[in-house]
Amino acid sequence: MTMRKNAELLELYEGMYLIRQVELRLGRLFADGEVPGFIHLSIGQEAIATGVASVLRPDDTLASTHRGHGHALAKGVDLDRFFMELMAREGGMCKGRGGSMHVADLSIGMLGANAIVGASIPIALGSALAHQVRGVDAVAVAFFGDGAMAEGTLHESLNMAALWKLPLVFVCENNGWAEFSPTSTQFVAALDKLAKAFGIAYEKADGRDVQAVSKASERAVKAARSGKGPRVLEFTTHRFRGHYEGDPQKYRSADELSRLGEHDPLVLLESQLIKTGVMEAELKHLREGVDVRVEAAVERARRGGAPDFEAGRADVYTQMGAA
Amino acid sequence: MAEVRFGKAINLALADALEQDPAVFLFGEDIATVGGPFGATRGLHERFGDRVRDTPISEAALANAAVGAALSGLKPVLEIMFMDFMTLTMDALVNQAAKARYMFGGQASVPMVVRTPHGGGISAGPQHSQCLEAWFAHVPGLKVLCPSNPADAYGLLRSAIADPDPVVFVENKALYAMKGELLEQPEIIPIGKARILRQGSDVTVVSYGAAVHIVERAASQLAEQGLEVEVLDLRSIQPWDEAAVMESLSRTHRLLIVHEAVEAFGVGAEIAARIGEVGFDELDAPILRVAAPFVPVPFAPSLEKAYQPDAEAVIAAVRKLCA
Repeated sequence: MTMRKNAELLELYEGMYLIRQVELRLGRLFADGEVPGFIHLSIGQEAIATGVASVLRPDDTLASTHRGHGHALAKGVDLDRFFMELMAREGGMCKGRGGSMHVADLSIGMLGANAIVGASIPIALGSALAHQVRGVDAVAVAFFGDGAMAEGTLHESLNMAALWKLPLVFVCENNGWAEFSPTSTQFVAALDKLAKAFGIAYEKADGRDVQAVSKASERAVKAARSGKGPRVLEFTTHRFRGHYEGDPQKYRSADELSRLGEHDPLVLLESQLIKTGVMEAELKHLREGVDVRVEAAVERARRGGAPDFEAGRADVYTQMGAA
Repeated sequence: MAEVRFGKAINLALADALEQDPAVFLFGEDIATVGGPFGATRGLHERFGDRVRDTPISEAALANAAVGAALSGLKPVLEIMFMDFMTLTMDALVNQAAKARYMFGGQASVPMVVRTPHGGGISAGPQHSQCLEAWFAHVPGLKVLCPSNPADAYGLLRSAIADPDPVVFVENKALYAMKGELLEQPEIIPIGKARILRQGSDVTVVSYGAAVHIVERAASQLAEQGLEVEVLDLRSIQPWDEAAVMESLSRTHRLLIVHEAVEAFGVGAEIAARIGEVGFDELDAPILRVAAPFVPVPFAPSLEKAYQPDAEAVIAAVRKLCA
């Protein structure tokens, strides 16, 4: 294991830990009434967002899901503005109008989390189409969950992406749950067979292992970027929390819930890092640095002002009246 | 000055937009090789190549792709073959295109156009004849245009494509073959501006699209009977030109609204309610509407004739207002 390799792994570890810590903090803020509405946490799935984003360029675009905090953070959204949005402040990245399910930063190609299951896929398709028509070598990524496999938009988009050889990477985060139901009770096909039917190269990897995610993503993004057309990636993963925070999860067995810790991507990466000679003290130092950043962002968000309804009216349209 | 058909004016506007702006991109079912079912895009693929693209029959993904493309640097113009099929694009238009600017805190605009034909009169039946523009006018963030003649079709479409916001551009099927004057350098017509087609002092009749011609026929016949009708062509439904309607009403003191779409909960209902609020003092009679009954558009020519609002209905309504 080279020093360079270690530095890359530590960067991935920091990215994953940031998502974990942000979402744990959000869970507490939500329970305390400091985050309004409802939130869907991706705890347990951090390796996928981090691994995929680690091979993307700033001009690559991604469209995300209702469980999109990790994707946004991995793409590099500003932490202060992220917390301000979730805590409904004027300084939020969406000025307090979107909230958890709509975090977006177009300036870094983060086309938004999305409250409509399956919508991320054709939006990313359109972004890939724009890259192709404009003649730039950027790639678009469509994140979706296994619950979205039953949406027609996936099937329509697989077809068009293959038909037009678009620079699009489909990324399925398969946690086995379609909201409150096992996906196995809702979907009879399988993503590998679907990809094959549309003639799209498919690769599956362990979504707990950020190195496996990163390597598979690197291959897929490279192919898409070099004009070889779309790729489908499927990462198996585990949703540690409910569909939404506060979900009593009566539909999940006690056994499944009690064993989730065995699938923790952070624990796995920690053991990999220790094996390569990284000292636990170094990891602790890294984690503490992230904790400080997160707490500082929460404090700044707490001090932020409330959004102004009247000011928001001006943003319903870019321009009203004559062009 | 040359005489061109409505469909040709659309074609010229698309060609000029493609010529002048490399970001403009046309896609839709059968628009490239065949040139569209009504010929509106004929010859454009030959001239502009892959920037005019045939698509699979996948309206939901196509409309969402337009959103993704618009967020990634293109100005997509999507053709949806019949307005009835717009039902399949509702998520993209209502949840994505209309919301993105406001919901993301003003970060982005969504410069996209969806062109689609509405209207009956050709025995196309209940699923190929509807006028659904009121649905889209009801959604904050969307603009809705509906021209009544070739010059307006050209000028409004150029404005729609240049506009930074999502526009639903509605073309009445009955108008495609209509001839009208088009300047050598055709005029760009601003969004939100109505036009007085005929001046009159007794009644203001507000209309848009093909219904304007029914109103003009009625106005000619009423003039022979000594009633002077002022005919106002809205051209833009969302936003609509309230100032122009009020100005006309201040001279006529009577208002009739005519459209081919269903009367209940329609464009006329909104205009009547609004003018009832801000123009009550100007009114010498109740506001009336002539529009389609609360029935699906039937197939049989005899049934469809009974369904569609006609000049006789307009004449009867005007006479009632002036009684």
